Amino acid sequence: MLLKKLLMTTSVALLTTAGIAQAETTLTIATVNNPDMVVMQKYSAEYEKEAGVKLNWLVLDENTLRQRVTTDIATKGGQFDVITIGLYETPIWGKQGWLMPFDDMPASYDVADILPTVKDALSYDGHLYSVPFYAESSMTFYRKDLFEKAGLTMPDHPTWTQITDFASKLDDKANGVAGICIRGLAGWGENMALLGLMGNVYGGTQFNMDWTSAVNSPAWNNAINAYVKLANDYGPPGVVGNGFNENLNMLAEGKCAMWNDATVAAGLLFDPKRSKVADKLGIAANPVETWDKGGSWLWAWSLGIPSSSKNADEARKFIEWATSKEYINMIGEKEGWVTIPPGTRKSTYENPKYLEAAVFAPATLAAIEASSLTDNTAVPKPYVGINFAIIPEMQAINNYLGQQIAAALTGKMSVAEALDAAAANSDKIMKKAGYIK
Amino acid sequence: MANSTTSPDVPGNRKRHRKFRTWPLLVPAVSILAVWAIVPLILTVWYSFQNYNLQVPPAVWGGLINYEYLLTDPDLPVVVWNTLLMVFVPLIITIGLGLAFAVLYDGPFPGQPIARLLVITPFFVMPTVAALVWKNLFFHPVFGLLAWGEKLLGLEPVDWFSDYPMAAIIIIISWMWTPFATLILLTAMQSLDREQIEAARMDGAKVMARFRYVVLPHLTRPIAVLIMLETIFFLATYAEIYVTTSGGPGSATTNIPFYIYSRALQGFDVGLASAAGVFAIIIANIVAYFFARAMSEQL
Repeated sequence: MLLKKLLMTTSVALLTTAGIAQAETTLTIATVNNPDMVVMQKYSAEYEKEAGVKLNWLVLDENTLRQRVTTDIATKGGQFDVITIGLYETPIWGKQGWLMPFDDMPASYDVADILPTVKDALSYDGHLYSVPFYAESSMTFYRKDLFEKAGLTMPDHPTWTQITDFASKLDDKANGVAGICIRGLAGWGENMALLGLMGNVYGGTQFNMDWTSAVNSPAWNNAINAYVKLANDYGPPGVVGNGFNENLNMLAEGKCAMWNDATVAAGLLFDPKRSKVADKLGIAANPVETWDKGGSWLWAWSLGIPSSSKNADEARKFIEWATSKEYINMIGEKEGWVTIPPGTRKSTYENPKYLEAAVFAPATLAAIEASSLTDNTAVPKPYVGINFAIIPEMQAINNYLGQQIAAALTGKMSVAEALDAAAANSDKIMKKAGYIK
Repeated sequence: MANSTTSPDVPGNRKRHRKFRTWPLLVPAVSILAVWAIVPLILTVWYSFQNYNLQVPPAVWGGLINYEYLLTDPDLPVVVWNTLLMVFVPLIITIGLGLAFAVLYDGPFPGQPIARLLVITPFFVMPTVAALVWKNLFFHPVFGLLAWGEKLLGLEPVDWFSDYPMAAIIIIISWMWTPFATLILLTAMQSLDREQIEAARMDGAKVMARFRYVVLPHLTRPIAVLIMLETIFFLATYAEIYVTTSGGPGSATTNIPFYIYSRALQGFDVGLASAAGVFAIIIANIVAYFFARAMSEQL
């Protein structure tokens, strides 16, 4: 009996090996080292068996990934079959014809199930150029226990003035709790992700209609002055070195009373295995100020296929698998519902198991659905985007702006000087690129 | 007789023959070198005249647009100054400390082999790792060793990378390269003739005088070599900046290599990055020219 079983397994194994050796396609996948992608890599072994393809993974940090992928796709290097890109790259590269459009998806995939704001953001000229793996907006996380103790209540839609007031009352650095954790690390995807929003809700915009910079406007000066005061007075020591990950760890360790950041952080913060404050957290909308739109961002990590890929059909099948309802269900059953890739599908937010496990789900959905890439500033603007303009020149402009603001945060220069320097730099770049005549 | 008449011809013949024979032999090496060095240089110069953002193809002829942008960039003087600071200050520190260590570790004392090994060890740590270790274990205002010490003394911890970013980077570079200087100078010390020192001592020279008039003159050549090598390495400082400050806050720690990186890979502006590359080559050559002049008198 045992011998027979053994023989059978061996022969099956041999057959499969032979089969794979015959028709094996290798897909090269470039992805970002976020927890959700690491989970995808873990479960992809099953897909390899099912589909008979070999997956070759390149897992990189966000900046390195962006550099590798951009260089490859712009020079038509053809290194990758599946690339992980964001909501920023997709429309720009779709316009260049660098990505395969996802037209005619099979009915079982149910494209209409993808949240409309996310789908629109990943489309150019009516074609979907990448499909979302997870999507996020931003929200306010706060410690309910500390608020209660201080006799404070967090409104559902706070303002930055209120946040500053709360932070001043909750700041207790002597006992290792900062009033607020906030992004200080320079970079368009770090401090500027948040500061772009602050610029909006203080009534500003990043570009005037003639593409000259608007970041040295009174509105932006007010926003950044408020930010510098908030971060310096009530933030933790070394705030200028803190990005998303540092803040996430500090809040999970109970070292801050509030934090405004990505909705996707909720999956970790509300997971008692990974967070010490899972049962003490409350959530509210991201703050507004004098203007009530453009206060939370929209971001998606999505999967796309470079036009230069030689295995586009296989790549597409893999992407359909990784972004399907079935994949989300599988992760829910095996890894726990609180950790599924959020923000992509309506069906996720209709799933009672997810809603029960994730108290933050309705707030996430509301924030994502309310995020508009076009109608979000108090004054007219020439670009598409919320906290950054979706144009190729944005990275250079916002990285520089982020560095200047970080310098203002450390007191190396005044806020006005920082914003003037950044505006001059932006005008220089835009002139060179031909936007400003 | 026969010998004496033919001999004047022989050297001339040999010379001509050698010329004829060696050229073809040199061609492969020289052409590989040319392809290796000249082609990238020509391409860099070519791209520096193009207005080319990787994300907005195609490249179009831009004339001097990149150079104009570069030379009117208000950050450029800061960047050049930072580059020079990051070369000269670590040069002084590493050679100063290297000299001190070389003299100290030259004489015999118990545990000398282990002490020598330890003083050289930092050199074997990769730049990125060294920078990470300094960033997270020493300089970090919350978890760092220095912050811990400061708290023990009842002081407010210093946030090095925001308050003294340039000093912090210079400390890291110096820490990494002092062992190299020590290594070179220690080896040179060991070739110093002991009898000279003996003789100087017998003539009544004190420690400082012996160092000044015997040891230091002996070490001028290795010091000259050190200055040249370290200048080349320090001009290209990059990993330490990338890992710790990303060139900030503001432009406080951006040097030319990091400036090129931030334009080329963060902004994808190939034209501007190439122009900055050409600029860097010019700066490096100016520095090299002065050093070569100064060195040639020593070597």
